[in-house]
Amino acid sequence: MELKFASIAEIARAVKDKKISAKEITTYFLNRIESLDSKLNSFTALNQKAIKQAEDLDVRIAHGEAVGVLAGVPFGIKEMLCTKGIQTTAGSKMLSNFVPPYDSTVVSRLKASDSIILGKLNQDEFAMGSSNETSFHGSVKNPWNLDFVPGGSSGGSAAAQAARLVAGSIGTDTGGSIRQPSSFCGIVGVKPTYGRVSRYGVVAFASSLDQAGPMVSSVEDAALTLEVICGHDEMDSTTSQRPVPQWSKNISTNMNGIKVGLIKEYMRGGLDADVQRTFDESIEALKKMGAQIIELSISMTDFSVPVYYLVSGCEASSNLARYDGVRYGYRSDFKNLSSISLDEFYGKTRGEGFGSEVKRRIMLGTYCLSSGYYDAYYLKACQVRRLLTNQYLEGFQKCDVILSPVTTSPAFKIGERINDPLEMYLNDIFTTSTNLAGLPGMSIPFGISKQGLPIGMQITAKHYDEQRMLNVAAALESVSPVKGLKPYVI
Amino acid sequence: MIDKKTIEIIAKLARLNITDSEASEFSVQLEKVLHNFEQISKIETTGIEPMITPTEIESFWREDIAQQNFTSDEILANAPARTGHLFKVPPVV
Repeated sequence: MELKFASIAEIARAVKDKKISAKEITTYFLNRIESLDSKLNSFTALNQKAIKQAEDLDVRIAHGEAVGVLAGVPFGIKEMLCTKGIQTTAGSKMLSNFVPPYDSTVVSRLKASDSIILGKLNQDEFAMGSSNETSFHGSVKNPWNLDFVPGGSSGGSAAAQAARLVAGSIGTDTGGSIRQPSSFCGIVGVKPTYGRVSRYGVVAFASSLDQAGPMVSSVEDAALTLEVICGHDEMDSTTSQRPVPQWSKNISTNMNGIKVGLIKEYMRGGLDADVQRTFDESIEALKKMGAQIIELSISMTDFSVPVYYLVSGCEASSNLARYDGVRYGYRSDFKNLSSISLDEFYGKTRGEGFGSEVKRRIMLGTYCLSSGYYDAYYLKACQVRRLLTNQYLEGFQKCDVILSPVTTSPAFKIGERINDPLEMYLNDIFTTSTNLAGLPGMSIPFGISKQGLPIGMQITAKHYDEQRMLNVAAALESVSPVKGLKPYVI
Repeated sequence: MIDKKTIEIIAKLARLNITDSEASEFSVQLEKVLHNFEQISKIETTGIEPMITPTEIESFWREDIAQQNFTSDEILANAPARTGHLFKVPPVV
């Protein structure tokens, strides 16, 4: 087993069989972070107890105790997810000093499965961004080419995973924040069905859209991680009570009889040539394996970007009202607390604590929820969201999964789009509708651009049908022309 | 029309201090963004129930048992300023 590229299952098996200790594995990956992350800026904090936790696991294994399915597997966690005793900043000055007194459910489930948390991963501030350039901790670099963005908002997770500084990582996806950076960095990223994964302890951005999910190196690793983190949680009333299937044991690459839908509205051209070629090749590959290709119309996808930015902006402006400098987080430096008004206290604290993209979204949301505009923007967007979802549900009566690109182009250069918010938002054309409709979606590496940057394909399935989505991804993975390609930094 | 004056009113509603240059910048950017987003106004939505959450919420019950998850010191550890076991804030009355 070459540890650098070992799968999650291989690592856990080797640890359980005492072929290698959890401590050796943890040390190996911590050393990789130490030697490589100065180039990438993907980690924002390390778990100082990681070695100790690995040693404790080794003792339990030596004593013959039963251990979890992720025994000794080193994970990195996006800054959005609370980790007890380890800083959780959400990429913001507002939370730069925040050390949670509890673990998010995702993290406590990873720990209960005996994985080792190595540390926290960089991201766009409050997950608002598509390039990881809005982080308080600075930009993350794409390990395939350091001049390019890793995507966002889970850019740190994508970069650390692609460079194999971790064996697995966790991201969050509100409008594409797992799938887009996974595509840009050549890894496998899954946004589960809304309600599969508990949002307890995940910093809230847009509560009706947010889902956490795995960002890993293979479809099997994704399935295994999902089995650990999914499932009902009494701390989050929006989690589903449906049983969590054993996806990893049921993966099938047999595409005979599988109906793959293509959205007509996504086929009007305008794609980067390398993305178009990769898309065409993925369709051909699935056909060759026996899948049936079906064209369908989901006309409301034309409006998914405006609907997404209206819904998420409104929810964010409400969610981020909690950052008031009272109970935790940043507070402006007031010389004399007794001489200022409460409004000044809030306004100055929030004005200094939030970065410019977050302010822009709060302003957008506040405007659209304000008296006189609520009906035209928020309510209207929620109605169109219903129409969009209905069209998807109709579409899934004709097909099992939908295949599309993740983005119109591969990763762009750092600084290239940051000054034009609208252009940055339009980037999310293929990813946002999945969140609006609550569907599961994922990115699977399938191409590489002439410049040597990875290109992923997106597979979307109907609610709770992660299995078929993973099956199609596994089929593409098995014939992927880019299998085995690695970023040069490693 | 999102002029600077509107931006200032919105910032006040959001309890968000912004600089003069931010106000000018946001005015131009939000005007452009909302102008683009107005394309949804042409969609016929009469009688369509707004969708607030994408999957059905399944109610569940748990026993009503009191439990202590945190001590007040654990919670107050993150407080920017405290007085004993209280958060310290400006005068509110």
